[in-house]
Amino acid sequence: MEHVDGNVLAGPLGELFRFDLTTTSGECRHCHDVSVLARAMVYLDPSGYVVRCSSCGEMLMAIVTTEKRTWLDLSGVSGLQIPT
Amino acid sequence: MAIISRGFAGRSREHNPELPPGQYLTEDFPVLSAGPTPELDTADWTFTVQTENGPTKWDWDELHALGTEEVHTDIHCVTRWSKLGTTWRGVPLDAIFEKVETEREFVMQYSYGGYTTNIPLEDLLDGKAWIVSEFEGEPLDPEHGGPARLLVPHLYFWKSAKWIRGLIMNDNDEPGFWEQNGYHMYGEPWAEQRYW
Amino acid sequence: MTWHVGTVVDTKTETPTGRSIVFDVPGWTGNLAGQHVDVRLSAPDGYQAVRSYSIASADSSQRVQLAVDKLPDGEVSPYLVDDLQVGDQVEFRGPLGGWFVWRPTDVGPVQLIAGGSGAVPLVAMARAHAAATSTEEFRMLYSVREPADAFFSSELQSLTNEHFALDWIYTRKAPEGAARPAGRITADDLARLAAPAASNPLVFVCGPTGFVETVATQLVELGHDPQRVKTERFGGK
Repeated sequence: MEHVDGNVLAGPLGELFRFDLTTTSGECRHCHDVSVLARAMVYLDPSGYVVRCSSCGEMLMAIVTTEKRTWLDLSGVSGLQIPT
Repeated sequence: MAIISRGFAGRSREHNPELPPGQYLTEDFPVLSAGPTPELDTADWTFTVQTENGPTKWDWDELHALGTEEVHTDIHCVTRWSKLGTTWRGVPLDAIFEKVETEREFVMQYSYGGYTTNIPLEDLLDGKAWIVSEFEGEPLDPEHGGPARLLVPHLYFWKSAKWIRGLIMNDNDEPGFWEQNGYHMYGEPWAEQRYW
Repeated sequence: MTWHVGTVVDTKTETPTGRSIVFDVPGWTGNLAGQHVDVRLSAPDGYQAVRSYSIASADSSQRVQLAVDKLPDGEVSPYLVDDLQVGDQVEFRGPLGGWFVWRPTDVGPVQLIAGGSGAVPLVAMARAHAAATSTEEFRMLYSVREPADAFFSSELQSLTNEHFALDWIYTRKAPEGAARPAGRITADDLARLAAPAASNPLVFVCGPTGFVETVATQLVELGHDPQRVKTERFGGK
């Protein structure tokens, strides 16, 4: 199954965050790899985006957008480094 | 109010009164997924039902020895596409549960690759669900969940786990992968139960 | 984020299945080379489709140029390539993405590797490099099936100078007398034509997923630091 790169999330996440999440470094909760989110593997399931660590393949985040809300699961990210 | 792009119609979509609310008809079959396609050999493939009394496990041949049947049905994807008149072949869950003893009423389907989705046991029985290995007369493509996936056509299609590996019997209805991410616990298309 | 309305002011056929389109987008303040936009189309019944496209232009004007390749089962690309006319409108969200970008203030050699319509953001980088009269070493390797399938080929050729080198890889049909026979890109091609790993270039690879994966793997095998290789996969084969 193919994935695309994390920079595809710049639009959807740009609606939610004041800063560009794709250039932000995050730590994978599973393998502790630290990488910019633009490097993550993004699977375009019709039900939502599934973002996986490019190092270990475990899920970093899931994004489900409906008419009424966006559900953002960040449970695979143990921390984000947001530049001041 | 978004501006309209002259002449843009999008994928051909008919609104058909036979379809559940909010659905459109499609000829396509999306292959996108939440993760990489697992590479599975039927020689190594197993299917397990975990109950309070321990596990019951079948290999590929053992499962299919329970008997398969042809299934003609419609499928409804939560992203609003419905495909009518699809044909599958598989082992009814009724045949599987004849070999299983459990008092528990809820099931978590789990797949090779880590996907999970929850469903009440009664929605898998009485001719409502199959472990299918053929689609339109051909072996099920890995991209579509092959070698075997669950098929529960009366619910939205995310409740039919691809690359099925087993079922876990639970006392309570626990949310699976998409259910943890905003999708409905039950997923009845005619009641448009897409999200919670 | 707001959606800007873009009005088509010009279209040009680039390849048998692709064209470039210039939009006038009031309120647009420009974009960096390599950024993309999300394009939204709405049908009269309220149906909407959104797709991401790389921006071919890289300036601070309110003109945005896209270049789109028509996908056989596409929903949006056939409309953009075949139906869209001057005067039509679409909506844009962007510019998007701060990672797959090249800024004229960036120091060091750059290697651009394009597969098919993956050339679009890399053309933006080549244009930005030229507009800034940058003396950073830029090399571009552009892989296409045959010459007619290249986007902006004559413009790219005209940009070549002592600081911008361009090489072509033809995968299906090479021109008469070409030194390299037609075939998919290999590690040998990269060893021969790409900036060497020792010069520590920043490498941008863009194209279909399979192409990007192959090239990225080969680059790392040739000694490139994976942290210096930036990829933009499109999906598709």
